[in-house]
Amino acid sequence: MNPFSSSTRLRDMIRSIRACKTAAEERGVVRKECADIRASINESDPHDRHRNLAKLMFIHMLGYPTHFGQMECLKLIASPGFPEKRIGYLGLMLLLDERQEVLMLVTNSLKQDLNHTNQYVVGLALCALGNICSAEMARDLAPEVERLIQFRDPNIRKKAALCSTRIVRKVPDLAENFINAASSLLKEKHHGVLITGVQLCYELCTINDEALEFFRKKCTEGLIKTLRDITNSAYQPEYDVAGITDPFLHIRLLKVLRVLGHGDANASDLMTDILAQVATKTESNKNAGNAILYECVETIMAIEDTSSLRVLAINILGRFLSNRDNNIRYVALNMLMKAIAFDDQAVQRHRVTILECVKDPDASIRKRALELVSLLVNENNVKQLTKELIDYLEISDEDFKEDLSAKICSIVEKFSPEKIWYIDQMLKVLSEAGKFVKDDVWHALIVVISNASELHGYTVRALYKAVLTYSEQETLVRVAIWCIGEYGDLLVNNVGMLGIEDPITVTECDAVDVVEDAITRHNSDMTTKAMALVALLKLSSRFPSISERIKDVILKQKGSLLLEMQQRAIEFNSIVERHKNIRSSLVERMPVLDEATFNVRRAGSLPASVSTMAKPSVSIPNGVSAAPLVDLLDLGSDDILAAPSSSSGADFLQDLLSVDLGSSSAQSGATTPAPKAGTDLLLDILSIGTPSPAQNSTSAIDLLSTADMNNNSSTALDTLSSSAPPHIATTASAGGMFDLLDGLSPSPSKEATNGPAYPPIVAYESSSLKIDFTFSKPTGNPQTTNVEATFINLSPNTFTDFVFQAAVPKFLQLHLDPASSNTLPASGGNITQNLRVANSQHGKKSLVMRMRIGYKVNGKDVLEEGQINNFPPGL
Amino acid sequence: MIRFILLQNRQGKTRLAKYYVPLEESEKHKVEYEVHRLVVNRDAKFTNFVEFRTHKVIYRRYAGLFFSVCVDITDNELAYLECIHLFVEILDHFFSNVCELDFVFNFHKVYLILDEFILAGELQETSKRAIIERMSELEKLE
Repeated sequence: MNPFSSSTRLRDMIRSIRACKTAAEERGVVRKECADIRASINESDPHDRHRNLAKLMFIHMLGYPTHFGQMECLKLIASPGFPEKRIGYLGLMLLLDERQEVLMLVTNSLKQDLNHTNQYVVGLALCALGNICSAEMARDLAPEVERLIQFRDPNIRKKAALCSTRIVRKVPDLAENFINAASSLLKEKHHGVLITGVQLCYELCTINDEALEFFRKKCTEGLIKTLRDITNSAYQPEYDVAGITDPFLHIRLLKVLRVLGHGDANASDLMTDILAQVATKTESNKNAGNAILYECVETIMAIEDTSSLRVLAINILGRFLSNRDNNIRYVALNMLMKAIAFDDQAVQRHRVTILECVKDPDASIRKRALELVSLLVNENNVKQLTKELIDYLEISDEDFKEDLSAKICSIVEKFSPEKIWYIDQMLKVLSEAGKFVKDDVWHALIVVISNASELHGYTVRALYKAVLTYSEQETLVRVAIWCIGEYGDLLVNNVGMLGIEDPITVTECDAVDVVEDAITRHNSDMTTKAMALVALLKLSSRFPSISERIKDVILKQKGSLLLEMQQRAIEFNSIVERHKNIRSSLVERMPVLDEATFNVRRAGSLPASVSTMAKPSVSIPNGVSAAPLVDLLDLGSDDILAAPSSSSGADFLQDLLSVDLGSSSAQSGATTPAPKAGTDLLLDILSIGTPSPAQNSTSAIDLLSTADMNNNSSTALDTLSSSAPPHIATTASAGGMFDLLDGLSPSPSKEATNGPAYPPIVAYESSSLKIDFTFSKPTGNPQTTNVEATFINLSPNTFTDFVFQAAVPKFLQLHLDPASSNTLPASGGNITQNLRVANSQHGKKSLVMRMRIGYKVNGKDVLEEGQINNFPPGL
Repeated sequence: MIRFILLQNRQGKTRLAKYYVPLEESEKHKVEYEVHRLVVNRDAKFTNFVEFRTHKVIYRRYAGLFFSVCVDITDNELAYLECIHLFVEILDHFFSNVCELDFVFNFHKVYLILDEFILAGELQETSKRAIIERMSELEKLE
């Protein structure tokens, strides 16, 4: 021993490390020790290697890097003595793993040690190999290991068996080599060897089909006999656990029988007896017995059908469910989920117990039980189950509420027998756990509500009552606001009372109170506030008597720090003040949203999140693409839509929206719905020739505030809806807000007025206003007509805020250029405006147009309408 | 198959860590930390099984030590509970009323016992007596 070495003993080092009070101190001690060890390694002193490696292992366990010790392991393994080899292999297993290349260097030593005369050394080598060998090492040393399976000493045999398990896992191709060796192991008496042999057998069967066939034919009966023996065996103190002899062996055997019986009717047949015996005779008051029963049930479920066995298995699970031990119940719930696939009825019998488990204090049991319950739901028990679940929702923990509410919602959606029940349940869920409910769930609810037209009154009244009590549930507030906005008149006038309702009196003020409260409450988020503003707008139209108050509320938001709110407030205020004429049609009742398409779309919805709406994307998040607009149009309009060109529509709609929303591309982005439908929408709007423009009820704007009230998309669409003047191409007007619909057809404006001249007409004449049209046709395009409209003021008053709007039937396309001005001076003052009309039925039908003019005289709004039928033919 | 076995005390110090699957050092530390966090906060009334990443951990607390075994999802949890208990019994017998300090000062012996009990992630021997005998044979060779 080197007299200069000051190596401490292992114990002393451990003590000194433990005595350190701070991490820094500990680091210091460790550093010193490492330095000593490194010095010792450099001197290649064989005497201290053993101790050095032990110290190194301890330091490694503390978490410090110890790479410099790896070669020491190798040297120790190569030493002749047993203690050195032992610590060397231990170090090897601790400091290295199969991915390190250094491991390859050990292969030779391992090979030698596997052939060593000292069986303890052989054991060491097998152990190391079994724990960390890599694929190459496995391949190299497989023949040795295979030979050792037949070794005389049982300790070696069992180690060799498990080592082979690892080898075949790493290199499945080698499986065939081990089949014979494994089958010989199955006849062993020694438990250790037997259990490892069975494990090897199991491994081979799962990896290799040939092996499976072999074992199935040759060994099934032997294995069954072994299981029978062990089940019936007398008390063996060595292997006894809680009165059962070697439960581990039981379990291992059951596992391998499972693999052998699965998919094979013969083998399954042979097993039924022993499985029945195990299932009935095993004591289940201790964990060991339950472990065996559990394995037995799994095996019964996996092998080919014998219904009596299955019933037995499910009964066992039922017993487990009422066990007080949480572990057992957990395990039973797990298994029952698999059992449902076979025998739904049997599991239904335990429904009550399972429901109890949903209320268990243990979180993992609750989760499992909830999943199981959702598998058990069918049309018959859905009402009962939902009631129980909702009752529990009220008292459950916060962290569980989310899962529970999500599950309840999905159950209710899938199985609800009637709409009113659906709405009731959803209301309860929203009241209890609204903040956990996801967006698509309450969107779906709104779709359903809007479809259940006979329940509108009931729904809005129920929501009103609910929101008074549960105003902190965000989602509930949102749904309530939307409904109050839509159906406020039903609420106040108690329309559509169902027999089960108690009458309530809600005044218009009360309704507005609720909405106002949602805006002013500090913890409402932006979506809610924005929706509230829209609702207020709707209410201002439905409740004209308190329009002033509503206006005040909206005005207050003008100074809001949220851009969205400010914008809406200003725009809505403008509508309320200056554009009362179109307000009512703006906020008419929403058309019924098509449930089927909504569901389909939702099923294949884009998983876009709200936050991605910042970038201008063409598709609306949540999969509600422009198609709903098309559907809505289908419902609303009588005409069949003709598909127009999309690109023009896209530009135009983009234009529309970007003009509307000013610079906030953030919001506008989301609202460029697939342009195709946009064009459909507006084209259709414009081509509704027969109904008067004011009545473009169903379709038009409300369309655009679709059910998908996803945050920004709804806000933007709502904005669009509010600011789009109904259904008619219009010109730039005061405030620039209605500066939309600049053009429908992309036809390039042609200045030239060639072609045959057509006589000008007086399109409209009243006591205060006259409109003249002059016509021209651009060259080469007989279908298009340029019209110059001149508006002449016949009255002694000046007209301000002059707006000309026109609508044409479907076969025509109309484009308006901005007017020369929108103030019409008194007595003969005029404004000119150019229009372009394209006639797709040129030659067959002549032009016809409906128009509406709005202007202000002395602060009063005036509206004039008319139809122009006197276009010259041939245009 | 067992993926790893951990022995940790309440403060989070790992007294024994045996991995049967290859993991980087940093990964190992992360795993040990996560398992400890999972296991130390659980109430005694709860089940002894927790889901951990794509596997499950079966744990049991003995005095101040947590014995955690991470197994595949398809394994029989109750059997591994028995396994843990058998291991503790063996240790108890070997060290005569084992305590945490035994694990600290005799860690290499604990590893040796473990290697006689479990190999390649599977149970090797189910007889307490056999393992103790083997250990004494090996001690004689030292």
